[in-house]
Amino acid sequence: MIYNEEFETLPREALEAIQLRRLRATVARVYHAVPFYRRRFDEAGVTPDDIGSLADLARLPFTTKADLRDNYPYGLFAVPLDNVTRIHASSGTTGKPTVVGYTARDVQTWAELMARSLTAAGARKEDIVHNAYGYGLFTGGLGVHYGAEKLGASVIPVSGGNTRRQILIMKDFGPTVLTCTPSYALHLAEAAEEMGVSFQELRFKSGLFGAEPWSERMRAEIEERLHLKAMDIYGLSEIMGPGVAVECLEAQRGLHVFEDHFIPEIVHPETGQPLPYGTPGELVFTTITKEAFPLIRYRTRDLSSLHPEPCRCGRTLVRMSRVQGRSDDMLIIRGVNVFPSQIESVILETRRFTPHYQLVVERVDNLDRLTVLVEMQPELFSDAIKNLQALERELEGAIRETLGVTVRVRLVEPKTLQRSEGKAARVIDKRRL
Amino acid sequence: MNVEQISIFLENQPGRLAEVTRLFEEGGINIRALALADTSEFGILRLIVNDNEKARELLKNHGYAVGVTEVVAVEVEDRPGGLHRILTVLARRGINVEYMYAFVRQSGRNAVMIFRFDDIAAAVGALAEAGIRVIAGAELYAM
Repeated sequence: MIYNEEFETLPREALEAIQLRRLRATVARVYHAVPFYRRRFDEAGVTPDDIGSLADLARLPFTTKADLRDNYPYGLFAVPLDNVTRIHASSGTTGKPTVVGYTARDVQTWAELMARSLTAAGARKEDIVHNAYGYGLFTGGLGVHYGAEKLGASVIPVSGGNTRRQILIMKDFGPTVLTCTPSYALHLAEAAEEMGVSFQELRFKSGLFGAEPWSERMRAEIEERLHLKAMDIYGLSEIMGPGVAVECLEAQRGLHVFEDHFIPEIVHPETGQPLPYGTPGELVFTTITKEAFPLIRYRTRDLSSLHPEPCRCGRTLVRMSRVQGRSDDMLIIRGVNVFPSQIESVILETRRFTPHYQLVVERVDNLDRLTVLVEMQPELFSDAIKNLQALERELEGAIRETLGVTVRVRLVEPKTLQRSEGKAARVIDKRRL
Repeated sequence: MNVEQISIFLENQPGRLAEVTRLFEEGGINIRALALADTSEFGILRLIVNDNEKARELLKNHGYAVGVTEVVAVEVEDRPGGLHRILTVLARRGINVEYMYAFVRQSGRNAVMIFRFDDIAAAVGALAEAGIRVIAGAELYAM
């Protein structure tokens, strides 16, 4: 099902004509309304009039997270605060939070894109959405909330945390669509099992999971344990929040980017050179309809690739691959590039361990050492040390073979690694401490 | 016939053992024999207790990885060479001892050792042939 048949299935030429018109308007507006952009464009020697085609986008300078911090809190807003109806902020794990604003129309656009996303995941107005994304400054909770209301569905604004109560609500209220982070979905599965509640008896049919990178293996586990179809949703507060791109129920293969509102590019993470379709690199977005907080060529640090092939769902929108990791999450272990998501895939492929893991990076005698912590599974436990050590060696071997990097695997007690209710803290890099 | 041993996966960290003994105290479980095998990072605590079922439930409910293994309790003469005689019988038959530890006996002349074999049937057969007494589970728990 498609929420906005007209805009989600436009012929490419028509879509590109709309994109160019909107891009030109956005560029002209930021040039005149935001001193930061005027200075940057002047430095790069481009003016809004130079944008004659979509290819000219590459002539514009990038915007980075550092630029957002330097202009904290309101420096990049393109409308007077009078016209701002909502303010959100990122968690700001490293330094100041990133502040973003929305006009009333921006909030409506966002609701429309989230309604599209929910529809792509199989939700209808008859559905009940159990929204376990956090409500507050984080865009997840309110983003899903407004989209579900726009769709006409019923929303349970349960937010994050208080997991046991969430299970009771699921049992008694009969929600049919689940929205939360993928790690919290698995946390819910564990909690339900402990409480003797089976997801088979619940009414869920599908779920939208995002706000942190996950893998196909994790999808398989979520679908099996929660008895629902799991779709990936992508977004970041700087660009809008959830609903920038979403997977469709029909294909579950890549996320359709809502290109009538955002222009995606893939660039080389180091040189910034645009890369062709299909080549992995860093995702860059330009917003072309946002009023309060437009962004030009924003470097997301998320690694992905773009695929223009037609989709069986009928949408003509380009698909981005599942985020493969973050260019700043990339660990360099003795010269080898390693992404936590790759380690996760290997862990899950052994079919022995749960996807709860933690990576600890240390520098020992000037050498990087990566330790992978995985939880002992009660069914794997043996009374003999050598059998447990064999389990550790087995996973070490699988990681070495797949990723070409030598790690140490350490078993820890069951359910002792952090279950995040938001973004999972997978990596502890002691080299910086 | 043979003896059940429970084993617990523990991280090598201060307080982990005390956590288990606290659970046992609260659950009224008496430890009859115990051995701890450890590496630098984790350990396996092996125990013979007076109530296996209860101990297992208790540990499981507290999130521990718990295993149950069949082990063999063997009576050992309490004099020089007592244990050596048993090990010689096993060695001659090529039977490998995975690990062993002592059982605390409150009375009686002889000592009791707990053995973990890969091939229990072969081990028990060899001991019986040599006239060495193997103690049944029920008898052991009551000792």
